[in-house]
Amino acid sequence: MIDTTTIVAARLLKLLVQSLALLACVLLWHLLSINRVQLLGLTFVNVPPPVEVLAAAWELLHSPKLLHHLGSSLYRVAIGFSVAALFGIALGLLIGRYRWARNALLPPLEVLRPIPAVAWIPLAILMFTSSEASMIYITFIGALFPILLNTIHGVEGVDPRLIAAARSLGGRRAAIFIEVIVPAAAPAIVTGLSIGMGTCWFCLVSAEMISGQFGIGYYTWESYSVQNYANIVVGMLLIGGLGMGSSQLIRVAGQWFMPWYKPDEKAA
Amino acid sequence: MNENAAVDSGRIDIEHLSIHLGAGRQPFEALHDVSISVEPGEFVCLLGPSGCGKSTLLGALAGHLKPSHGEIRVDGKPVHGPHPERGLVFQHHTLFPWKNALDNVAFGLKMKGVASKERREQAREMLRLVALEGFEDRYPSQLSGGMQQRVEIARVLINHPRVLLMDEPFGALDAQTRLNMQELLLEVWSRIRTTVLFITHDIDESLFLADRILIMSPRPGRIIEEIKLDFPRPRVEDILTSQRFVELKQHCLQLLRHDSHSVPLERLNPLGDDVTIDLQLAD
Repeated sequence: MIDTTTIVAARLLKLLVQSLALLACVLLWHLLSINRVQLLGLTFVNVPPPVEVLAAAWELLHSPKLLHHLGSSLYRVAIGFSVAALFGIALGLLIGRYRWARNALLPPLEVLRPIPAVAWIPLAILMFTSSEASMIYITFIGALFPILLNTIHGVEGVDPRLIAAARSLGGRRAAIFIEVIVPAAAPAIVTGLSIGMGTCWFCLVSAEMISGQFGIGYYTWESYSVQNYANIVVGMLLIGGLGMGSSQLIRVAGQWFMPWYKPDEKAA
Repeated sequence: MNENAAVDSGRIDIEHLSIHLGAGRQPFEALHDVSISVEPGEFVCLLGPSGCGKSTLLGALAGHLKPSHGEIRVDGKPVHGPHPERGLVFQHHTLFPWKNALDNVAFGLKMKGVASKERREQAREMLRLVALEGFEDRYPSQLSGGMQQRVEIARVLINHPRVLLMDEPFGALDAQTRLNMQELLLEVWSRIRTTVLFITHDIDESLFLADRILIMSPRPGRIIEEIKLDFPRPRVEDILTSQRFVELKQHCLQLLRHDSHSVPLERLNPLGDDVTIDLQLAD
């Protein structure tokens, strides 16, 4: 009994400390912006206080524009991410498994890989006839490499003993690929998808700031242009929330697809 | 089925087999001119010090390693690559972590194209044979070490192999579990008669299990002695303390101690050295 009460008490204390820390940050933000603090080249003159941001968020929540912005961003991420997942996983499986694929496909990808997705924006605008397509392309590029590299890594990490066992049990090439290579690489692929989802949002927001007409990134940048500073912070919080939420969604889906995989047990 | 039921397949002939490993870097001869014949249905233990090449021999029989010289035949047919009729059980289980026990056991039948319902029925039967009824839905990570090896054995036996190749399958288990597994293996073997080639460095284990023991020298491995065992079957724990058992054990100890001044060698595995490269090429 003593044990359970101490555990509960420890949990409550942890929760209390965590909420206090958050509250303290909001309070600090409030004080800095209310007092228009200027310090070492940093100025809070134009930074909206938390109350104003909350009011702006409330307003956006009741505005029809919200759905439009959210819809545009989600649509771009959905398409860019799906295409990146398709290509990243397919190419990763081939490159990881077959030497000919590695020799033929990896060199061009290696050249493109160090280029940040954001650096693609000007060329993407020139390359695509619609700005919509260029933004989707940027999210695609952003998500592609984490997915591709994690998939390759996952395939290369497949225990050769499992492949040998499958061959001894009568498995042929195609069957081993589907029955052994793909499921064995699945945890690494899910990690790649989760990271890719994060970079996807990061790239989308950058692309929207430059060539968007709707979308959360556009909303954030537009708010700056029209000097509606409270909305900037609302946009920032929305971007963070959406990125975190969709990455979490990938992890939950991964757990659902791989009930046999317990990342914690592996570490223990 | 009774124990003396005639077994007409599973004859192994190994002639002048030599195998070199570690090509490229530091090639060495793992096996030197080994010739062995095993009768259909016979239980043979290969006993030898760590790194003597016994696992290499097994890997060649399974078809994962290519001989440098010599030939291996099973029932007169030369061995070319792995085949379900030569089932291989590793020291550490190679169950698929994403399949439950039942689907792991059914894997061989799936590869043969047996329909889902039929193969699950047979797999269930096989799990019952290794005393794992009720564990069908468990993933390998939810089973104990002994249970994992039992699933592994069931997964190989479902293909009705002509020969069962076992590479120190109980080497990683604790003493009590090991003894239980040895008894279970003998019981399973009495029902599904197949030729067994069992690798071990545990003298007690080989004396308890085998019809015949082949003792190997340190690297490069050669057969230095053959011991025929006539302990009556079914065998029980009691023989472990019998006079004859102790005598034979002393004899084996002497043979294995013969070269004890040499440096202990690292353990080899039945997939050879450059495992990844070999498998990718072979595929």
